[in-house]
Amino acid sequence: MLIGVIFMRKKLNIELYKKLFLIRSAETAIIAHYQEDEMKTPMHMSMGGEAISVGVCFALGDRGAVYGTYRSHALYLSMTGETDAFFGELYGRATGVARGKAGSMHLSAPEHGFMGASAIVGSTIPLAVGSAFASRMLKTKKIAAVFFGDGAVDEGVFWESLNLACVMRLPVVFVYEDNGLAVHATDSERHGYQSIGRIVGNFDCKVFASRTTDVEKIYELSRRAITHAERKQMPVFLHFQYYRYLEHVGVNEDFGAGYRDRAEFLVWRRKDPVLVQRRKLISLGISEAVLMGMEKRIDRQVSSSIVRAQKAPFPKVGELTNHIFSE
Amino acid sequence: MLSYASAINEALLQEMERDNRVIIYGIDVADHKRTFATNADIVERFGPERCFSTPLSEDALMGFGIGAALSGLRPINVHMRVDFTLLTINQLANMASSYRYGSGGKFSVPLVVRTIVGRGWGQAYQHSKTLHSFFGHIPGLKVVVPTTPYDAKGLMISAIRDNNPVIVIEHRWLYYQTGVVPASPYTIDLGKANVLRKGKDITIIATSWLNAEALKASEILAKRGIEVEIVDPRSVYPLDEKTLIASVKKTGRCIVADNDWSYAGFGAELAARISYACFDSLRAPVDRLGFAHVPCPTTRVLENAFYPNAGNMIRLVEQQLNLKPMDLTHEQFFSYENKFKGPF
Repeated sequence: MLIGVIFMRKKLNIELYKKLFLIRSAETAIIAHYQEDEMKTPMHMSMGGEAISVGVCFALGDRGAVYGTYRSHALYLSMTGETDAFFGELYGRATGVARGKAGSMHLSAPEHGFMGASAIVGSTIPLAVGSAFASRMLKTKKIAAVFFGDGAVDEGVFWESLNLACVMRLPVVFVYEDNGLAVHATDSERHGYQSIGRIVGNFDCKVFASRTTDVEKIYELSRRAITHAERKQMPVFLHFQYYRYLEHVGVNEDFGAGYRDRAEFLVWRRKDPVLVQRRKLISLGISEAVLMGMEKRIDRQVSSSIVRAQKAPFPKVGELTNHIFSE
Repeated sequence: MLSYASAINEALLQEMERDNRVIIYGIDVADHKRTFATNADIVERFGPERCFSTPLSEDALMGFGIGAALSGLRPINVHMRVDFTLLTINQLANMASSYRYGSGGKFSVPLVVRTIVGRGWGQAYQHSKTLHSFFGHIPGLKVVVPTTPYDAKGLMISAIRDNNPVIVIEHRWLYYQTGVVPASPYTIDLGKANVLRKGKDITIIATSWLNAEALKASEILAKRGIEVEIVDPRSVYPLDEKTLIASVKKTGRCIVADNDWSYAGFGAELAARISYACFDSLRAPVDRLGFAHVPCPTTRVLENAFYPNAGNMIRLVEQQLNLKPMDLTHEQFFSYENKFKGPF
């Protein structure tokens, strides 16, 4: 029994690590290739926040109907695990997720339960509430979840959507990825209150909060939250804090810009989600050699996807007028 | 014979019966008035899960409809005034309109937005907008503007069965118009114009309420032997250019009477297209009628000057045909206030 539990925990943690590493590897490759100026799309990098997408998506399993933001590389890769259509899209090719029409900011993969993202802050939040309603009416067992950042809670639509989910008793999973910044404005410049958790907790919505970067802990907390939402038929608010490693848009660090201090980054860097999980696997008895083999396979997946994307054709010009309307 | 409002109600009831994925929601749709009775009997027949009143959160509720549509439902979101839909523009113009395109065709958004134009009895500048030009400007949205009870039912059913976002802009004054409406369900293709009246001397292309004014103008002009052809595009997008062009090529004269602001509006689009396509057949420049380029005022004297009417149309027809202005003092023009005492 105990051996079984240990085995399961090891297996889970390996899977979680593979996803974390895939995202880190893909974004590292984006950084390496971006200056070639072939990926002509505004990159909003997930780096630093990977554990939130991976942990929550694992907890949702194949029942997730998730919505994201323009910063959704981690979410897309968590949900799909694939990199061909991902890089195809970043390179603007016909092989991309949306044949090059979406770019980095509007990724989606409905076949994997990724229901879309938006470059307008907060805009997908009410869509998740509608999805939760459809799930209840059509009895699809789908769990609607929406990821949004620190700027989104400044938007009226967040509060409207939260209220709507509460009054309709819809088990929406609100995932607040809090990096303390909206573009370059800190929370103290934008929030006229002390604790969002206390405010949201006054709605008929249970709040779960953590500053951890340990993906397993995020997974466990998310599972508890989802179970609560489904059992009580009410929304839950998952508040996770993380540190955005790179600039708001682009692939570089921007500690020289003056709005934040590199010292902060170094504190968070010590608990980097990928490193934390790697150390955990070693402590669970996974050998360095096994880990390196795993990492090599993932790096190879990413680099071959990039080569395929670079060789792929651009969409034909006739594609311009395709897919405006559905028959 | 059914009223326009009852025709809409019949379309909704029949489609909800036919397809249990159709839901109706919005502010006060399930209250005792049931959106001017257009939503009558729906809660009773289909229950509160499929027809419900909502918080006053237009923005989130439009997004709610998009999410529900992406997830297998066919929602109808109701707004009692077109002006209120301005609170939903992010969801319509940034989300609903581009969701399919931005996914390379993976998603579809079968969403209907029903909204109603107000006019008169002090509706003023925040309860009287029509905005069909504005919606028509955004690729990915279909915009329907029904005039007759027959159209109201057929276009509503088509809108509900369409797999895309369709905005149906109803007119409060048309709610009491009656006409022949078949009892069984039927559809009218979106993007098909309707020749409301046949004539040989001049074409009036009119939208929404201005078709009622155009009919009045043509009755009066007929007494002088002038036969006006009235063509109602019925939808702003998609647009049935063919029928409009055929009519103007036949008559050689055209007035575009659009129930919206003229400036940068749907009427301008029509005038440009007609002028280009019918250049060789036109015997006079295309005339345009629309709202004055000001916010709609409250008091009746100013409001009457804001809206174009049958009298304006008659004068333009006379100018185009080089006729002396006729005496209109004894004509009975449409004055809604004669039978309506408000409030809405």
